[in-house]
Amino acid sequence: MEKLTFARAGETMYRERLENGLTVFVFPKPEFQKGYAFFATNYGGMDMRFRLDGAWQDTPAGVAHYLEHKMFDTKEGNALQLLAANGASPNAFTSNDITGYYFESTEKFEENLRILLSFVSVPYFTPESVEKERGIIGQEIGMIEDDPEWRVFTNLMSALYLHHPIRVSVAGSVESISHITADTLYACHRAFYDPANMVLCVAGPVDPEAVCAAAREILPPQAGPIAEKDYGPAEPPQAVRALTEEHMEVSSPIFQLGFKGDAPARGEDSLRQELLGELACEVLLGSSSPLYARLYREGLVNRDLSYGYEGMAGCAFLCVGGESKDPEAVRDAVAAEARRLAREGVDPALWERIRKGTYGAKMRGMNSFENLCVGQAKSFFAGWDLLRFPDLFAELKKEDVEDLIARWVTPERTALSVVRPGEGKA
Amino acid sequence: MQTVTQKDLWPGVHFTAVHTTKFKSSVMSVTLMTQLDRETAGANALVPCVLRRGTADHPDMESLSAALDELYGGSIEPVVRKKGETQCVGLVSSFLDDAYALNGERILEPAAALLGEVLLRPYTADGAFCPDYTAGERANLIDRIRGQINDKRVYATKRLIQEMCRDERFGTDKLGDEETVAAVTPQSLWARYQELLRTAEVHVYYCGSAEPERAEAALRSALAALPVSGDREEPGCEIRCGAAFDEPRVVEESLDVSQGKLAMGFRTGGQSCWDGKDYPALVMMNTIFGGTALSKLFLNVREKLSLCYYASSALEKMKGIVLVSSGIEFDKYETARDEILAQLEAIRRGEIEDWELEGARRILIGGHLTALDDQGRQEEFWLGQAAAGLSTTVEELCAQFEHVTREQVAAAAQRLELDTIYFLKGKEA
Repeated sequence: MEKLTFARAGETMYRERLENGLTVFVFPKPEFQKGYAFFATNYGGMDMRFRLDGAWQDTPAGVAHYLEHKMFDTKEGNALQLLAANGASPNAFTSNDITGYYFESTEKFEENLRILLSFVSVPYFTPESVEKERGIIGQEIGMIEDDPEWRVFTNLMSALYLHHPIRVSVAGSVESISHITADTLYACHRAFYDPANMVLCVAGPVDPEAVCAAAREILPPQAGPIAEKDYGPAEPPQAVRALTEEHMEVSSPIFQLGFKGDAPARGEDSLRQELLGELACEVLLGSSSPLYARLYREGLVNRDLSYGYEGMAGCAFLCVGGESKDPEAVRDAVAAEARRLAREGVDPALWERIRKGTYGAKMRGMNSFENLCVGQAKSFFAGWDLLRFPDLFAELKKEDVEDLIARWVTPERTALSVVRPGEGKA
Repeated sequence: MQTVTQKDLWPGVHFTAVHTTKFKSSVMSVTLMTQLDRETAGANALVPCVLRRGTADHPDMESLSAALDELYGGSIEPVVRKKGETQCVGLVSSFLDDAYALNGERILEPAAALLGEVLLRPYTADGAFCPDYTAGERANLIDRIRGQINDKRVYATKRLIQEMCRDERFGTDKLGDEETVAAVTPQSLWARYQELLRTAEVHVYYCGSAEPERAEAALRSALAALPVSGDREEPGCEIRCGAAFDEPRVVEESLDVSQGKLAMGFRTGGQSCWDGKDYPALVMMNTIFGGTALSKLFLNVREKLSLCYYASSALEKMKGIVLVSSGIEFDKYETARDEILAQLEAIRRGEIEDWELEGARRILIGGHLTALDDQGRQEEFWLGQAAAGLSTTVEELCAQFEHVTREQVAAAAQRLELDTIYFLKGKEA
């Protein structure tokens, strides 16, 4: 395996691309108790329209997530229980752009890894088992639809985007999943679960060569076809709607404020855009910014305010969310602060502090195997290596952040989503 | 390998230092532990929030944030926790480990000093907390209390505890209630703060690459202004052996939701974390019942019968209660309840397959050992031990789980008694 050293992050990473197209990354961590494995496909909730064997296919919202639930079924029973019986804590998630399966365990790591590789690569469902899952997923959809945080975010996506499938809920709706059959699931598995469309990231007290050996042993020897994806027509730069509101049983208004950005390029430019986006948030309204201090003092935001950059194929945005008695006032204050920064620039002392603070916080985040492995998987699909961030970070300029704010934080690109207290939909 | 050192810095001020080089950060916390009480819970919860607003040297959040940024984006968070009937209020901080500082500077000493400054040298006005900060944090805390309704799963469990333990200390929420928080003034809060500093039991924690002696010196110096007191309290916890009534109490409420929540509270018949060799069996019993994806609740109530999206159980080890939580369709209330009770009956009869017993054991041991890989979880573990007055390590607990038998698990389940059921349904159900 190829050995890469990231001096600033104090990490070593092994990398190998297998004959079947799977890329394997291993972070050896001899001092830790647990091993962690993350096996992911470059396929998520937004990949509903794709071309395989020359034919375009439109699949119902929620297929990727439905498939994730059903992948745990094996001919012998259920992989979840098989791993759990070995003391492993397995789980999976489906996001807009990827589906990931993972476990951590302190015992029998290699055996557990083989179970993981096997159940994710070998589909086994019957019409009956697919039918039975519909009730469970329906319950899950009911639960997230009751979650005000989820609704306020989903509403923001429909206010920002015209076509891009990030508008559509990853889990789909009770209606959309009613169209999913065992055949739909087999077709999607074939389209996206080929080793060449996947990545395996492992961290822990493990032997990198043993990880590759397990992958060679369990997975198909050759690469298959990979589906081509379609996210619809190009997005206009503007938000679709400036404001979207809903009423639910919440104690005080919650909001998500979004700024539509430019879709990221592939490769390290996308990492660069992500870092600039994060720093733009810090400069605008991060915990050290003058605006945050003022909004907090005035009781317009509280400590739960969260903010960040999100980027994936075909879309990127900044978003800010939390609780506020007056979300419109928060939006207007952010707009005014963006205009001030365009006029006056970012205070150089603040810029240096924020760079130092953000660097340290990101570095501390690398303690987590999940951050390391999920982060590397996503970075790999986007065409870069996660641990390159300290090097790129050192090159970022204040002017680049000012430029990003000037281009993205404008009235046309802004949308505000609010969930207000009061009787809702039920 | 890591080593754990425990000692008292001063009477009633306990120090736990975990020495390890495997993380990129250090975690430090200072926690004031006091008897949970409805009258004081709200004010206690407010104290760390107001402290975090500003200090004598860093009078506002901007200057405090600037100081944290200079220490590579360290964090100091006000935290309120409940361990049994002990309310734990304090500050938890995380800083970049010295090894990753860009210019080779020391971070531990200035970080500890800042932590001590936030706890002990607050920004004041007229000899009390500043009225602005008090009013602002009081409003935030009231919002948080009201906001507990937003997550219905958490809310259902909170309501269950409130109803089940309505005449016990445990029935008080860790954040207190709206009424007592609203009554807090800068002066009354200042008095409460002084009282806490003087009388609360204190837990000081460090985990990171510094030798324990160096961490101790940094924290001793940072906390030197803590009043020396010979009579710091030792909070207790009342354990009720059985349910209050022959028939379980049933409480139903309606809210505008599309999924119902069923929460059930059991008494453990007096079993708790102080039971020495019986305690590991109690933990195993809860794990087999509803602690994992291998548990009876998960496999039968969720997977086999598709009755709900989630069904799990949690053990309150100091209080001696087990709380079951599930999300169900409104009309499945009786079916789900009966099935949950049927699963408990099966454990009581010793109907536990080998794979269930061994699986639970492996998961428990694995779950405990992985806490050693996470600084936050390790801090939480040691605070829990401090609140319970126990010094058993993670590794020692794991060794005890190895020897639990099926008979012991069944015996632990036999002592469980259903006390209260809380059912949250929709408006139109």
